[in-house]
Amino acid sequence: MGNNLLQIKNGEKVNRADIPQLSFADFSKALIDIADNDGYVVQFFAYKDGETNKLLAVVRQGAKLYVVGSEVDQTFASLTASNEKFHMFEREIAEQYGLKPENHPWLKMARYHANYQGNPDVFGNNYEEDTPGNYPYFRVEGEDIHEVAVGPVHAGIIEPGHFRFQCIGEIVLHLEIQLGYQHRGVEKMLPTVPKKRLPIICESIAGDTAIGHNLSSCQAIESLAELKVDDGAHIVRSIALELERIANHVGDLGALSGDVAFNPPAAYFGRMRGEFLNLLQVLCGNRFGKGLVRPGGVTYVMGSEQRQLILDKLSEVRPELEHVCDLLFSAHTVMARFENTGTVPKERAQELGLVGYAGRASGIGYDARVTFPTESYGDLPANQNNMTKGDVCSRGTVRREEIMHSLDLIETLVKRQAETKRVFMKEYELAPSSFVVTINEGWRGEVSHCILTDDKGQIERYKVKDPSFHNWTGLAMSLRNEEISDFPLCNKSFNLSYCGFDL
Amino acid sequence: MLKIIKNRIEQGCKTSKYPKEPISLYKRYRGMPEINKNCDQALIKQCAEACPQDAIDAKAIKIDLGRCTFCGQCEMQSDGKFVSFSQNFEMGTASREDLITDGSLPELARHAKKHFKKLFGRSLQLRQVSAAGCNACEADTNVLNTPFFDLSRFGIDFVASPRHADGIHVTGPVSRNMRTALLTTYAAIPAPKVVIASGSCSISGGPFYGSDEITGDLNSIIPVDLYIPGCPPHPLTTLHALLNFFK
Ligand code: SF4
Repeated sequence: MGNNLLQIKNGEKVNRADIPQLSFADFSKALIDIADNDGYVVQFFAYKDGETNKLLAVVRQGAKLYVVGSEVDQTFASLTASNEKFHMFEREIAEQYGLKPENHPWLKMARYHANYQGNPDVFGNNYEEDTPGNYPYFRVEGEDIHEVAVGPVHAGIIEPGHFRFQCIGEIVLHLEIQLGYQHRGVEKMLPTVPKKRLPIICESIAGDTAIGHNLSSCQAIESLAELKVDDGAHIVRSIALELERIANHVGDLGALSGDVAFNPPAAYFGRMRGEFLNLLQVLCGNRFGKGLVRPGGVTYVMGSEQRQLILDKLSEVRPELEHVCDLLFSAHTVMARFENTGTVPKERAQELGLVGYAGRASGIGYDARVTFPTESYGDLPANQNNMTKGDVCSRGTVRREEIMHSLDLIETLVKRQAETKRVFMKEYELAPSSFVVTINEGWRGEVSHCILTDDKGQIERYKVKDPSFHNWTGLAMSLRNEEISDFPLCNKSFNLSYCGFDL
Repeated sequence: MLKIIKNRIEQGCKTSKYPKEPISLYKRYRGMPEINKNCDQALIKQCAEACPQDAIDAKAIKIDLGRCTFCGQCEMQSDGKFVSFSQNFEMGTASREDLITDGSLPELARHAKKHFKKLFGRSLQLRQVSAAGCNACEADTNVLNTPFFDLSRFGIDFVASPRHADGIHVTGPVSRNMRTALLTTYAAIPAPKVVIASGSCSISGGPFYGSDEITGDLNSIIPVDLYIPGCPPHPLTTLHALLNFFK
């Protein structure tokens, strides 16, 4: 297609000077054109280039990845007005840099913090009050309408967020989700801290995605610092990413059974999730894989002892998993709750740009392991999911299939022999005036990190995107015209990250 | 029905015998650090400089477990000559100072706040508040409710309402945006109440120390009674701390 975007590769080092800078009108047109034609937004953010404000976008279409930039004024014409895929990104731009997208259909804060530049606040907040919900929520008017407010502190051991339901009787007409309670200032910190802190922070962007995020960060650093990673490290990293996926999927299947009050599988899945966390501990000493991935490789070698422990555990747990999955998915009472609940049809999912299992359950096949493979994924078989109705049942079934697929991947990978050397924090210099974007299929979906360096090789802008950034809107939509009692079920079937969104 | 029974038999009883019988963690797990005081000063300095959390005091030859994320960098850097991590997961303390350690910790069960044992020794209900935690601490606390750990058998439960709680268990560095919600929850718990800081974030800001979006020290806004270090604390670290502090 004759567009004027620069085609790049996942994890490729790009000179900042080579990124096409279009007029805002052309920039906007090119991006909307891609988004309208089955393309998706990977990154879209603002940064300061000397005195000027700039926007940068990374978009994907099929297996192609593009980058493009533009200068931008204090206000600019909203892209969301033409295509919803930009919705949350533009809210973030407004919040982080005080730049206002004109005619944005729903311009409200994303996380509730003052912008980085001391510009007048786009939302009219002064941040004296430290509660993100400080805003007039969308309201449905009418005598029979009632409103239910939940959070930020919820009933269980779970992260904080605020949910506002507009209901008629038991039926939810609209759900508004206000996050930001977990905001720790990650993106603001990352360019200012010594390099030794980067992996530690990235492992804690979202603890359940410690591998996914830190891997994306380390790959970005490796690209800009030209660090070589040996084959053994690639294998260990891929295994760790798959263990993380299995542990979370298994845990969520347990939570789903708990939510429909089917207790045996809830207990069994809960226990089996621990087995996979313990395998991460076998690999690297931490149940979440913290401390494993570092720029240039991994900190622990997988020796024959660890290989054997992993293989033994997998062959022990695999049949148990198969049986408990069968127990859950063949119970009629469970299926009655799962099927046709919280449906996000394919067209809606495409409009919103859902990713990961939430997207795949609605029929969007995208899996970054296949489309933009990193580490050892290039020659591994893909998973094909067949149930794509977009309901809780489909999101549960995708997880079930992905657990089995990941078990196969790990067994294949563990048997591969390759040299690995332990690495620990190496000294490195990042290439000056460069840009890189990395993409990995974390367990929730597309995780992406971006780094822009200045002319001295210092990080000027660090951008993080968790898949939850796309998918929270999907959860809100799945609740439309559903019973409010089905909220926990819908919520667990998505299981999105609060801190991954809030940063 | 048959399936339920079959699965029940296959699953068996998986509950651990801890604390009646000791439990050993895999050798790569990093628990209580062993610190070699006779280590070459230059090497100690090197480790202190490389520590991402600035948790090592090279002069005093101590590690602040409240800041440490147990990343293992110092052990690797010194090849075990300065620090090596043991598999001892029993690391809870009753005071912040005790976390700054030369490799030994006072026995937690002998802490001074005896009234807590009397009040909550037989039944302890806790309200968990995640105040900007990365969800690793939360997840590994939740795990205590799975059959392996089965926390309820000790009379300890996590409850939904602060009104039903005897204390608060806080994870995360306390973001600016969670501060009020945390204080309100704390206020809603009837006195006498106990405060537990879990994980390096709530103790010192953890990986996020220095960010202006966080409080970074729970004790500076509500008085902490029990500290559980780790990033996140191993479920057994939490279990040991709860049992020894309250029983
Ligand atoms: S293990 Fe703790 S003390 Fe050692 S380098 Fe890591 S954070 Fe610092």
